[in-house]
Amino acid sequence: MQPSAPAPSDPELRALISDHLHLEGPLLPMLHAIQRSFGYIPEAAMPLIADALNITRAELHGVISFYHDFRKAPAGRHIVKICRAEACQAVGGNALAQRTLEKLGVDWHGTTINGAVTVEPVYCLGMCACGPAAMVDDRVVARVDAARMDTLLAEVGA
Amino acid sequence: MKIRVPMDSAAKALGADAVADAITAQAAARGVEVEIIRNGTRGMLWLEPLVEIDVNGVRMGFGPVAPEDVPALLDGKMNGLGPVEDLPFLANQTRLTFARCGVIDPLNLDDYQHHGGLAGLRRALEMTDEDIVAEVTASGLRGRGGAGFPTGIKWNTVREAEAAQKYIVCNADEGDSGTFADRMIMEGDPFTLIEGMAIAGLGVGATRGYVYLRSEYPDAIRVMRAAVKIAQAKGVLGPDVMGSGRAFDMEIREGAGAYVCGEETSLLNSLEGKRGVVRAKPPLPALEGFLGRPTVVNNVISLATVPVIFEKGAEHHASFGVGKSRGTITLQIAGNVKHGGLYETAFGVTLGGVVNDIGGGTASGRPVKAVQVGGPLGAYMPREKFDAPMGYEEFGAEGGLIGHAGLVVFDDTADMLQMARFAMEFCAVESCGKCTPCRIGAVRGVETIDRIAEGDADAAALLTDLCETMTDGSLCALGGFTPYPVMSALTNFPDDFAHRKEAAE
Repeated sequence: MQPSAPAPSDPELRALISDHLHLEGPLLPMLHAIQRSFGYIPEAAMPLIADALNITRAELHGVISFYHDFRKAPAGRHIVKICRAEACQAVGGNALAQRTLEKLGVDWHGTTINGAVTVEPVYCLGMCACGPAAMVDDRVVARVDAARMDTLLAEVGA
Repeated sequence: MKIRVPMDSAAKALGADAVADAITAQAAARGVEVEIIRNGTRGMLWLEPLVEIDVNGVRMGFGPVAPEDVPALLDGKMNGLGPVEDLPFLANQTRLTFARCGVIDPLNLDDYQHHGGLAGLRRALEMTDEDIVAEVTASGLRGRGGAGFPTGIKWNTVREAEAAQKYIVCNADEGDSGTFADRMIMEGDPFTLIEGMAIAGLGVGATRGYVYLRSEYPDAIRVMRAAVKIAQAKGVLGPDVMGSGRAFDMEIREGAGAYVCGEETSLLNSLEGKRGVVRAKPPLPALEGFLGRPTVVNNVISLATVPVIFEKGAEHHASFGVGKSRGTITLQIAGNVKHGGLYETAFGVTLGGVVNDIGGGTASGRPVKAVQVGGPLGAYMPREKFDAPMGYEEFGAEGGLIGHAGLVVFDDTADMLQMARFAMEFCAVESCGKCTPCRIGAVRGVETIDRIAEGDADAAALLTDLCETMTDGSLCALGGFTPYPVMSALTNFPDDFAHRKEAAE
């Protein structure tokens, strides 16, 4: 389940930022912590992070937009990632992904109309001998066939 | 009753947690006392969840086990596999790096020591830094992440560099499809990586280490963090490593979903909190690495092999292998294969031997068409190349790359034009953007392959030319090696690139 906290307050954000300032290379751990708390990197965090690390907002935006993991707007209540990499393709990963996207009526990175699920591509979950693989929030599932995918989607209310 | 149920993420992804819960519940209902140990995986992934029950000191295997099999399992009515260690897939391996994986409780430091753990570090603590590096050089260990650079030479460069602070950085950004050895050892025997990093620290004079671990591996992150905490509490890590008065400590850092961060210089940028853009070399990371300081960047398997080299001696390690490829290769057999999993053996086994004899052919039962070796940047090898021996130089001579030793098997339903297209598409998605041939070339590559598919007779020559430009004009392996899968598909499977043309005419 993705966190759906109310709009984060400055003190909350400042606390998360200062927790990581002692690290060497603190930005990625900081961004992960913020996203873990709020489900995304809120706009309000931008000037605070830039100020704390003495970098420009442009640099910060550059970092956030570089990595697939970080998002600047909330996702659906759950994130379903489907592996698109070669080993899963060798055992029908493409057909599974296509069917899932069609069933949900979304394209990659899209969110279902009811807001339950965002579907993302992922390139390898390390399940290469037991694909096709998917990940529902932080839970990895392997040998996913159409029926298994339907069960997973039903569990997250898609 | 002692029962082992793996906590490896592949086993969990196939239902191991539900099986463990069912065992607890069923045992309670029967009034039987059971001790459930969550071990790592043995690497026989077609048998997961593989449950092991101790019978008179022998571990008997049952698998794959579903929760509904548990009553029969506990009543002794389930058909078993016999002693796990006698299964041919396991018995025929030479396990050096993975000797403890699946055997021990991953987060039990005493169990680790009972199986040879920390013996290597104890020995290293008695040695000079020069002797430590010389031992690694003598072992013949080469970088297991793909490039195959001699580990001892890299360490020596860092050892001789003068700086107030040096670092050991472990590259655990295992993004290549078909590879899971890093994940398996981090989840199944995390202390071996910690011990390897500590020995590296002693050898080169580094007191801090980082593991850059991809976010797609939440279980590995959890296990490694727990193991580091235990190692700190027990004095294996910290200001006084095992009472020696010497310091080494480490931290687990989570990646953020960028494939290119598996390249060592972009990994260092990412660790510093920057965009994961590739750096030009020189300067080498060994001299100007993390935060501009001398840094050893090694793959997980390279570092996890260091303890056994120190435990059993460099000669022992060097006695396995072929040519300049010494020690063992951790084959990861994946994709459409009957017996998929991790198979550690001396370098030199042939490709066909791995796919057919060890892997048992395809899972679908159809003929093998192609095997992609070495991840998304590795070549698609046809059956005609099944005699190629798995050694760095030997396999290179056949136009392949061993890389991280992952093999993805495809049956005859695979469309190699689509696989070539995917290689370009993947490169376009994951390019860091620094080099134009990679950033733009990959996009043009997808378009050019689409033109081939539509029957454009000139497009194949254009694709070949584009691949040459990408190879010559890219700083790192992403742009530089994407031509391997593309060109190998084009040259080895010309029919897949021609039939559409004929259909169109």
